[in-house]
Amino acid sequence: MPEIRNYTLNFGPQHPSAHGVLRLVLELDGETVVRSDPHIGLLHRGTEKLAEYKPYNQSIGYMDRLDYVSMMSNEHAYVMAIEKMLGLEVPERAQYIRVMFDEITRILNHLMWLGAHALDIGAMTVFLYAFREREDLMDCYEAVSGARMHATYYRPGGVYRDLPDTMAKYQSSKWHQGRDLDKLNETREGSLLDFIEAFTQRFPGYVDEYETLLTDNRIWKQRTVDIAIVSPERALQLGFTGPMLRGSGIAWDLRKKQPYEVYDKLDFDIPVGKTGDSYDRYLVRVAEMRESNKIIKQCVEWLKNNPGPVIAADHKVTPPSREDAKTNMEALIHHFKLFTEGFILPAGEAYSAVEHPKGEFGIYMVSDGANKPYRLKVRAPGFPHLAALDEMAKGHMIADVVTIIGTQDIVFGEIDR
Amino acid sequence: MFNALQGWLSIFLWDWLAILMTLVLQVVIVVLPIMIAVAFLTLAERKVIGFMQVRMGPNRVGPNGILQPFADALKLIMKEFVRPQQSNLYLFIIAPVLALAPVVAAWAVIPFGEGAVVSDINVGVMYVLAVSSIVVYGVIIAGWASNSKYAFLGALRASAQKVSYEIAMGFALVTVLMVAGSMNLTEIVHGQQGGFWNWYWIPLLPMLAVYFISGLAETNRTPFDVVEGEAEIVAGFHVEYSSMGFGVFMLAEYAMMVLISFMTAIMFLGGWYSPFENIPVLDPLTAWIPGFIWLFLKVAFLLFLFLWFRATFPRYRYDQLMRLGWKVLIPLTIVWVFVVGVMHYFSIGPWFN
Repeated sequence: MPEIRNYTLNFGPQHPSAHGVLRLVLELDGETVVRSDPHIGLLHRGTEKLAEYKPYNQSIGYMDRLDYVSMMSNEHAYVMAIEKMLGLEVPERAQYIRVMFDEITRILNHLMWLGAHALDIGAMTVFLYAFREREDLMDCYEAVSGARMHATYYRPGGVYRDLPDTMAKYQSSKWHQGRDLDKLNETREGSLLDFIEAFTQRFPGYVDEYETLLTDNRIWKQRTVDIAIVSPERALQLGFTGPMLRGSGIAWDLRKKQPYEVYDKLDFDIPVGKTGDSYDRYLVRVAEMRESNKIIKQCVEWLKNNPGPVIAADHKVTPPSREDAKTNMEALIHHFKLFTEGFILPAGEAYSAVEHPKGEFGIYMVSDGANKPYRLKVRAPGFPHLAALDEMAKGHMIADVVTIIGTQDIVFGEIDR
Repeated sequence: MFNALQGWLSIFLWDWLAILMTLVLQVVIVVLPIMIAVAFLTLAERKVIGFMQVRMGPNRVGPNGILQPFADALKLIMKEFVRPQQSNLYLFIIAPVLALAPVVAAWAVIPFGEGAVVSDINVGVMYVLAVSSIVVYGVIIAGWASNSKYAFLGALRASAQKVSYEIAMGFALVTVLMVAGSMNLTEIVHGQQGGFWNWYWIPLLPMLAVYFISGLAETNRTPFDVVEGEAEIVAGFHVEYSSMGFGVFMLAEYAMMVLISFMTAIMFLGGWYSPFENIPVLDPLTAWIPGFIWLFLKVAFLLFLFLWFRATFPRYRYDQLMRLGWKVLIPLTIVWVFVVGVMHYFSIGPWFN
């Protein structure tokens, strides 16, 4: 009698659907997964430790690089922790801008997720459709910060600068000229807010397009319905947050439960799932994109009518204007102090969390009264999700493991930190 | 024409040499255009899918990217042939050959027009079915010889999938044989003369669907590409192949697509006959179009379907694919065999007279 052994398969880190650097050791019985063992640490950059060696305002850029598909949301939690410890008041316009960009980020993240998830399951067209819209949103990032991804736009006390009055336009090239070019630049003639408004108007149509390809597609349903069911109780026990928790039917959303910035003034709903399978999580995220679109619309409306400062005037924390620094001695000193040694936070600790596109993204900060954090802990939403992978994948097939990785919306930047 | 050539050659040469030379010429005349068609099918695929995905597709090599296939081929030829250390060299090399050779061999019986066929044998359908089923050995051997776990999984999936879908495919062909009363492909086309309502797709509509779906599965195209399963088992059986080894697998896959399209066109869509036969105005207007143009148009349309499906559908899971094959397609074909028998008994329509 020959000995029957399970088939051990090394899934990743160089695997097209490993979403970066996930390494899974799969134990297979035929094609059925008996055990899946996620290995992490291949993208570990020591963000938390690095932050301990930098003045507070210099670590914002590291936050972008945590979850690198929802950059500004990461910054948000970080600057909010600093503001909490300083007791710093953020101007209302800055709060609206932050909320608007949080939601733009949410759409960016969900588009990336949708595209990658569909591509993992084999529908590749959705991926390219999603990237068409991402391009426009990336341009919004670029318009406010100069960078398409790692923006460093949120600063303690507000945002780096006000929204620009012009949008960058496409230049004439061998591939785009004449009427083609005019069509590309059609919505770019006005300010950034006009551009975003035009986007919010056409975006629901785009979401319909994705849904046409997926929602009622038999194969899509066969691949996602009843895959990786997580019961509401179990989702809570496993520490799920965000769409993973809402997909199981628990209406938990920090934007509603502990509103930060101006979320309490905005009208939006929280979509929840019913059975807690991959299909529900898909529906929840798609519905979230529509809700985010609604929020952006309201923010654009408000921002158009309410000009004002976008960063606090406390120059111990926020940089003075360039003109002031050239003429005013005190402003020059502020500028010098701020950009050499940063600012000092009172001794104490703070936890601030935002409803990140993937769940609850929290920053726990301990200060000993220096210009650097004594300890910075990042609560990444993806980590508990990945920890549940074994439980979710048990009894499913290899192809479903790919679906589960997709439905968890894993990004390794935040898991490995 | 070839008989005349052979007769003329045998004046100067030995008979066997004359026959051999004529045969080789015939083979070249068939295979060369197919290989060129395959090359441009890869370009067409990228262009069509590019169009569907609001992007441009290849447009750098030559005007509008028209030379891209040759650039690709050149790149593949120039690349190093990497062989996994623990692999079985002999099998590793024979596998791509086994994948390509049957597909090319199957073309021997495909008629491109009235009498335009290399070998007009009476068991044409059986021959195509038999020869094209050898392809699966290439895939299995490739997966096994690579000594890679992913390739092995791909090979296992391939063997199960191809064998199952061949049954559905075979039964679909049985219905065609029942209608046509012949296994000779030329005869099958002859049976469909007289306008598009005389073609076999009307009495055999479900079989057309079954045959084409099985064809998708046989060629490992989306939504049945679990054998390659880009996102799951990376590239399946040919994950370890590089350079021309990989290129030959690609050639085989696309040549198989063209073959399936030709078979569908010949057996269900009237082969080289014009769809406007016996239609008052259109028939005289289109009478000048030669038969093979119609055949190529039909094939082009079917190939377009292959590409369209690839751009639209997600991938089936392996067990769902098997379920579709065994629990839907095969019962359907068996039922339709009886339906065709009943239709035959009552001599229905223009097809069973």
